[in-house]
Amino acid sequence: MSYSLFADLAVFVLAVLVGIEVISKVPVTLHTPLMSAGNAIHGIVIVGTVSIAAEAAATGSYLLTFVAAAFAAANVAGGYVVTDRMLAMFRPRKPVETGTGRTEGAPHD
Amino acid sequence: MTDFETGRHLIYLAAAAMFIIGLHLMNSPRTARRGNLVSGAGMLLALATSLVGLVHDGTARTWGLVALVGGAVVGGAAGFTAARRFKMTDMPQLVSLFNAVGGGAAALVAVVDAGQRPAGLGSISAGTGFVLVADIAIGALTFAGSLIAAGKLQGIVPGRPVVFRGARSVNLLLAVAVLATALLAVTRTGPGWALAGAGLAAIVLGVTFVLPIGGADMPVVVSLLNACTGMAVAMAGFLLSNTVLITAGALVGASGTILTVLMAKAMNRSLGNIVAGGFGTGDNAVTTSVAGADDKAVQSVSADDVAMQLAYATSVIVVPGYGLAAARAQSELVDLANTLSSRGVTVSYAIHPVAGRMPGHMNVLLAEAHVPYDQMLDLETANRAFGHTDVALIVGANDVVNPAARTPGSAVYGMPILDADKAGAVIVIKRSMGHGYADIDNPLFTDTKTRMLFNDAKAALNDIAQATKTLIS
Repeated sequence: MSYSLFADLAVFVLAVLVGIEVISKVPVTLHTPLMSAGNAIHGIVIVGTVSIAAEAAATGSYLLTFVAAAFAAANVAGGYVVTDRMLAMFRPRKPVETGTGRTEGAPHD
Repeated sequence: MTDFETGRHLIYLAAAAMFIIGLHLMNSPRTARRGNLVSGAGMLLALATSLVGLVHDGTARTWGLVALVGGAVVGGAAGFTAARRFKMTDMPQLVSLFNAVGGGAAALVAVVDAGQRPAGLGSISAGTGFVLVADIAIGALTFAGSLIAAGKLQGIVPGRPVVFRGARSVNLLLAVAVLATALLAVTRTGPGWALAGAGLAAIVLGVTFVLPIGGADMPVVVSLLNACTGMAVAMAGFLLSNTVLITAGALVGASGTILTVLMAKAMNRSLGNIVAGGFGTGDNAVTTSVAGADDKAVQSVSADDVAMQLAYATSVIVVPGYGLAAARAQSELVDLANTLSSRGVTVSYAIHPVAGRMPGHMNVLLAEAHVPYDQMLDLETANRAFGHTDVALIVGANDVVNPAARTPGSAVYGMPILDADKAGAVIVIKRSMGHGYADIDNPLFTDTKTRMLFNDAKAALNDIAQATKTLIS
């Protein structure tokens, strides 16, 4: 096994353990935003699409790079915006207002 | 390593640390939003660094850059718009869609990389062959599976388990096909064909794996597929020797797996049982049977009676369930709760871990309707409170309040439930006597202290709120 592969493997294993450790402490209340946050983080694959854009040298590769970049960008942009929309709704206790006729949709800031 | 390379790797390391810190801040509702911003900043940092690197290296051809920028603009705009426009109740399917494109992107990264290897695929090492095939197969499976899951949640694909004769054998065959082609790729015999075969078999497997699973189990499946995407991204990281992809992918893979197990546990099901499929009627839980006709012991009440009972209570605990989310009646519920609070009634919400359509989804829906999160009680806190509560108001929840879970031999035995039956009185708002997704009778509904209000959650809560306002004005 090459040293660099070993280093990559070590990073992988340690990150898995950190992931387990960090997530085990999150309250149920936040599980849905958390799932969405994880979803946003794997959008890091967009960095991978930058790498393949550097390699691509044929029509087929260009097309696939286009699709991959579109997918990854949708994942990143959408993932973070959705998570933020969810989390923006969690705010501490405030004076109860009567008759909040609000419907869903518009985020409240 | 050149200075530029060193700088690039240090920034990737910083980005990876920001993802971990971001996830860590999700421990509390107070810091969660900041956590998401920290993680997003890490993402921007990593992306900017890779773009600067691309320009610095100068190896990319013009069309490669056009494809990258064009795709990113189109996809980014689509993702941003969808994320802004979707309703909160539709979040689970949107999360699943974003997961699908993430998995698809990870698989495509491997496909392009495999196609552009200067020395061809024949000269790759066994390790690279493994990483290539794992990335393509896992990514393709998540892509197809997540699309089906989103379709089920949206109601485009039937929510009921779609099971055909020999479905399990087909899945098994496909899994064997994926493994066999993977082996071919690793041993480098015809790697090109092996990779294509693995990708195609994984796409079909993604479809046939999710189709037999009932709509009610979809959240667990979405979470599982989310974890798979994380793993596919980590594989892409191995392929490109990029540590930030490995770290972020592994984080999501691990956290997704933990979440999946926690969810399955909250439903008292094993992961294997859920994945085997065929369980859960999902969205078809609401039947059209005549209200209460099949059960003479049920005592039904009018909205006026309920208003009276609530207005003269000291404390009320609301148990919101899927019926509330389906009727989109959160703001009606909060309107009623506010009217009661203004009269001095203590109102809180007991939230079962799997209420709604994802764990914690109910918390999001209530938070959207401006319920402060300290009024939302978790399972243990709520169960300590029911004993000294006047009224438990159950809105569209079935199985999570079923006392049969305490009876050995019942289909739901052992499932953690909310002890609504310990409250002084119980009011249940439900469309009909239809069963929940576990499809068994609920003895709570025929209990002597229970009153049933048969109506759609939105209409019923509206009626009660109006009646309460008239009563106390």
